[in-house]
Amino acid sequence: MANGSLITDELRKLIGMTLETIVFKVEEGAIQRYAEAIGDPNPLYNDPDFASKTKYGRLLAPPGFTGWPVKAGRLSQRLLGSLAKAGAPSRLLDGGIEFEFIEPIGAGDVLTATTKIASITERETKLGKTMFTTLETTFVNKKGDVAIKSRSTFILF
Amino acid sequence: MAKQVYYEDVEVGTEVTPLAKIATTRMLVQWAGASGDFNPLHYDDGFAKAMGVGAPIVHGALKRAWLGHLMTDWIGEQGKLMKLSCQYRGMDYPRKMKTMDEPHDGETWWCKGKVTEKYEEGGEHLVECEIWVENGKGEKTTPGSALVALPARSRK
Repeated sequence: MANGSLITDELRKLIGMTLETIVFKVEEGAIQRYAEAIGDPNPLYNDPDFASKTKYGRLLAPPGFTGWPVKAGRLSQRLLGSLAKAGAPSRLLDGGIEFEFIEPIGAGDVLTATTKIASITERETKLGKTMFTTLETTFVNKKGDVAIKSRSTFILF
Repeated sequence: MAKQVYYEDVEVGTEVTPLAKIATTRMLVQWAGASGDFNPLHYDDGFAKAMGVGAPIVHGALKRAWLGHLMTDWIGEQGKLMKLSCQYRGMDYPRKMKTMDEPHDGETWWCKGKVTEKYEEGGEHLVECEIWVENGKGEKTTPGSALVALPARSRK
């Protein structure tokens, strides 16, 4: 390890670890407020009567509704707390996210989100010495099917 | 809602119908509440300065949500969004309520995209797109990509 690396031995031990799993219910009002905040008038996200008559049968959640930091974000924040404890830099920026949408999610669904630290890397950026932490989250529905997979990157400096 | 786009309608280079957006300080508050992201980076001047971004910035995740809106509008009722990704590369600053009607440079946004590939796989008609959020200064602050399945007029 090069001198002055941001990645301490404690941080290295966290790579690959699943620290916690949370279960949450997708609420109708939360979907509507989310759609309103985006400015998306799609009736699938806004009108429960309309949505109930579609193939989805319930108010549908917009893509990314489960993304950081909604619900599972509480988990991400806990993970980031662990990073801080292990000596990671304290300033944080959201670097980006990749989603894979497998099954639709909607109002009333109960999802189990499991997040693990997929990788911790570092490199020099215009912010100085910068650490990149990638979290992988899997959302499983009540039937046991994986509904969504996400991979988000946090920039710590 | 726009008319349904079919697999046969698109070619490499076809433009995704652009979507205009405006971020205001009020909308950032609304997004914080709806998403649960209460990071002071998005509403506290002093905190934003200490973070080195100058002033409160638009949430990356809000711009990502706009890109989701862009794609689901374009693919219509029969399309399926399979993958969406983006990177928060550049900062955007929200329009202030006081200057709502006289925006500063950069305080207007377009979500845009174009088709980069189309192919059939596993019985699905798939289309890959390059997508991005572009501000009024012409900066692509939030580049990304999307994979969608479109309905086909002639299913084999």
